[in-house]
This record gives sequence, C-alpha cells and structure tokens, in this order.
Amino acid sequence: MTGRAGWWFLLPWIVGFLAFTAGPMAFSLWLSLNHYDMLEPPEYVGLDNYREALTDDRVGTALWNTLFFTALHVPSQVVLALALAGLLRRAGRAAGFFRTVVYLPVMTPPVALAALFLLLLNGQNGAVNAFLGWFGFTGPNWTTDPVWIKPGLVVMSLWTVGSTAVLYLAALTRVPPERYEAARLDGASPWRQFWHVTLPGISGTVYFTVVVNTIASLQVFTEAYTMFFGARGKQSGEGDAALFYVIHLFREAFESLRMGYASALAWGLFVVIAVVTAVQVRLSRRYVHYEGER
Amino acid sequence: MKRVGVWSGLLVVAVAFGYPFWWLVSASLKDRAHVFDNALLPRPFSPGNYVEVWRAVPLTTWIVNSVAVGVAAALAATAASAVVAFGFAMFRFRGRTLLFGVVLATMMLPGAVTMVPVYLEWHALGLATTQIPLWAQNLFGSAFYIFLLRQFFLGLPREVFDAARVDGAGAWRLFTSMAVPLARPGLIVVFVFELKAAWTDLIKPLIYLRDPDLYTLSRGLKTVLDRFGEGGEAQWELVLAASAVATVPMVLLFLVAQRYFVRGTVTQHVE
Repeated sequence: MTGRAGWWFLLPWIVGFLAFTAGPMAFSLWLSLNHYDMLEPPEYVGLDNYREALTDDRVGTALWNTLFFTALHVPSQVVLALALAGLLRRAGRAAGFFRTVVYLPVMTPPVALAALFLLLLNGQNGAVNAFLGWFGFTGPNWTTDPVWIKPGLVVMSLWTVGSTAVLYLAALTRVPPERYEAARLDGASPWRQFWHVTLPGISGTVYFTVVVNTIASLQVFTEAYTMFFGARGKQSGEGDAALFYVIHLFREAFESLRMGYASALAWGLFVVIAVVTAVQVRLSRRYVHYEGER
Repeated sequence: MKRVGVWSGLLVVAVAFGYPFWWLVSASLKDRAHVFDNALLPRPFSPGNYVEVWRAVPLTTWIVNSVAVGVAAALAATAASAVVAFGFAMFRFRGRTLLFGVVLATMMLPGAVTMVPVYLEWHALGLATTQIPLWAQNLFGSAFYIFLLRQFFLGLPREVFDAARVDGAGAWRLFTSMAVPLARPGLIVVFVFELKAAWTDLIKPLIYLRDPDLYTLSRGLKTVLDRFGEGGEAQWELVLAASAVATVPMVLLFLVAQRYFVRGTVTQHVE
C-alpha cells in the first residue's frame, strides 16, 4: 500500500516521539545549563553543572562502580548463558522443563529478588556461604564488605541469565548441522568445533546480547537501590560501594531536587554509553560473522 | 558417559536455579527464630506470617493497583504499537526507512536521559503524583514492541490483504478485521511482556508515587523491606512473605504464557 493513510498509522508514535523522547532530550540539554530546584525558576549557569560533575568525587566513584560491575557482569552473563544453552540443547525431551526452570527467575520482580538475595548472600547465615562452607571455603560478607558488594551483585544477576540463554538456544538451532559434520570429518575435537563452528555461527546473536546487556548494565539501578539505598541509616559506607551512576543521578534529581545537575549527569552517561557502544561496533567488524544467520 | 555428564550438569542447573525459589517460599513460612536456618522445610510451620504482613501493610490495595496499572500499560502498549507497526509493515511512502531507523535508535537510547525531563513534563501537567505516568506513555507505542509486531505483520501472507483490497476494504478495516486477528500471537507476546514489565518496575513508581494508597506492589515491597528488613525492625519473615506474594503472580503468568515469553525473547534478534 502507498499513500497518506500510512502516516495516520504512524501518528501515535510520531506524537509520542516528540512528546516523550525528542522534546525531553532538547529540554534536558537546556536544563543541564541551568540550576533548577523546582521551587525557583531555572537560572542559567552555563557549563557549571558539567564542571561540577567532572570534579565531583561521588560521580567518579559511581562511574567506576558502574564500569567495574559492567566489566564483570556482561562477560560472565555471556559465558554462563552459552554454557546453559549448550546444556539445554542436549537435554532432549526434557529441554522444555529445564528451559522453564532457567527462565522463571527472569519473572521475579527485582525488588523481591533483591530482598531474597540480601539473605542468601548474607555473610553469617546466607545459603551461598553455607554452600561454600561444604567445600571448606569461608565466604565473604557479600552484602556488607565494600570489596565484595559488586561481585555479590554479579552473582545475583547471574540468576536471571535465563532470557539470554533462551536466545542463544534459538541461535544454536540455526547453525547448519553440515558444518559440524564437516568439522568432525576433519577430526576436530569438541572444543575446536565450539571455537570454529558454534561461536562463528552464533556470533551475531552474542554480539547483540553484549551490546544490549552493556547498555542495560551501565544503567543498573533497581536491585542495588533496593538493597543498599532508601532505608533508614543506609546512606553511607557500604552504600558507596553500590553507588551506581543511575542511582547517583536518581538521588540528585529526586531526593536533592537538583534537576539541572542531574540532567548534566544524564548527558555524561549518554556520552559514556555512546562511546562504549561505538567501541563494541568497531570491534564487531573484526569478530562477528553474519553470513550463517541471516 | 557423555549422557551422564549432561544429566549431572542439568541437575546442577535445576538445583541452582530452583533453590532460591524454594528457599523464599520455605523461609516465608518459618517463624522469626528460624528464618535464617536454611532448612529445606519450615519447622515450626508458621503460615501466620502472611496474615501478619497483610495486617501490617495494605497489600490488597497494592495488588489491585499493580493489576490496574499493569493491564492499562499492557493494553495501551499492545494497541498503539500494533497500529504503528501496521503502518511500518504495510505502507510504502517516502521517509519510511529513515523513520523506522529512528524507532530502532530510540530502542538503544538510555532511559536515564529522559527520566528527569519527562518527570518535569508530568509535573507541569499536574499529574506527577498520580498513576497515569506509569502507563500513559504506552498510548504512543513503544519501540521494541513496534519492531516485534512489524516482524509479525511482515510474516503475514500478502495475497490475503491484496484480495481484500480489491474488494474495496480500507486500510483501517484491513487492520482491524484481518491483521489484528492474524497477528494475535504477536499481540499476546506484547501484552504479557508489558504486563510483566509494569508489575516488576520499581523506578517509575519510585519517581511518581507519593501516596502509599497508590503504590504498586513492587513499590510497596520496597517499603516493606525498608520497614521490616535490615535497618528496620528485623522481621524478615514478613519481608519474605510479601516477596512471595509479589513473585507468585509472575510465575503463574509465565506458566500459562510460557511460549509467548519465549517467542518474544527469541524475536528480539532476528535479522
């Protein structure tokens, strides 16, 4: 079909795009050049907010925490999801059951998940450390020791790896079986088959999940906020080890009502995400093979 | 031998992924002295935790709010995204590719960038402390769902539409009487995804809701954790009971709509 009728169908999205994306972005850019506390009218301050963000120690801490978490979270998510997908693929008739088991944690509300893992990861009584104890290890204080808070959050995040694993499972079934046969005829070991057939065959999907998970991970908020912020007497100390960028932004905006400064912080994050994504796109040109997947 | 390896791997997976659920339900049925005992079965058995937490906080109100907000968000997202996706899938006009590129780009846009200005918009409209901002934005469609439904519409047989058009059916009739019924599985995917998203979201309720009577269950649960958990009165059995109440509906939703969740997850990346 051609002609004007098409635009009528797009109208809701165009209005929404202007009102909730393009408009707010322009507004936010302007706001970032102002002091605005919602009580007094906005006051133009030039680049002051950006200057403050660059010299604010807590921004540095938050950015470091976020990058550290992402660098730990994204690769471990990929590796575990790959292992799970490979395992599910060999489960035969039971695959459906195990897929359900692996996916169910994804359905858990993050707030419930955070409450649950505060206890499972508890240093003294937690089930995770009890399990490590069976093997003679003394587990760390995952929820209170600043060094272990982020690794603890990564462990917790691995419980919701199921959606990525299901996506990989679908990609695995699209790899042409002839390639495995050819590799076997050449005498390739399972490990070599994985590196030379499986991984190139699903690299497009892996790349997609890395990009999407990285963007999400750089905006990590809910679980860490639930566990370490918002409650009485929980604002300092261990809190700084879990102070992620969006948490800092959220508190500046909605607890301190510094809307201009928070907007500048948001643009800082936008730049960080854009740079990280651009690097990933560049790297992908070298490592990602698309031919088998289209 | 290989089979043994696979099955022991699967057993480990089942225990690792299932255990936290078991622990949650079990501990929510223990009394205060035994919450941390990691015993598989709750002894003594104290289901009274559920009664007590129901008495302490307005759980019923929060559940009703979550259902209302979730259904509104899901209906709005499904209807609007379907309309827009149909426009992208079925019409050819100048600028379509460019515009669809913009849709895809907004999918990558960090939500944190628009968080503050969108809040100020709702504030200017006088609606910043109502539940409306939690779902009304979906009335304009949502990038991921538009992308997903476009895939569904593109997969429909074109001849059917061509035939109907020869019979003089207008675009809107083609949409409502043919595309919508044929793409029903896709619409269900969007509905259940958004229902889950709205039910589990914390950040929007945290930004917008002030009055505890308007809280969604996730927002309420955060309050329960702050009040009865660490730093609060240390009544973890109540926190866990409330957590189980928030989790069970999502588990049930998954069990009835499993194939739609899997389908939506898999469609995320089909080139």
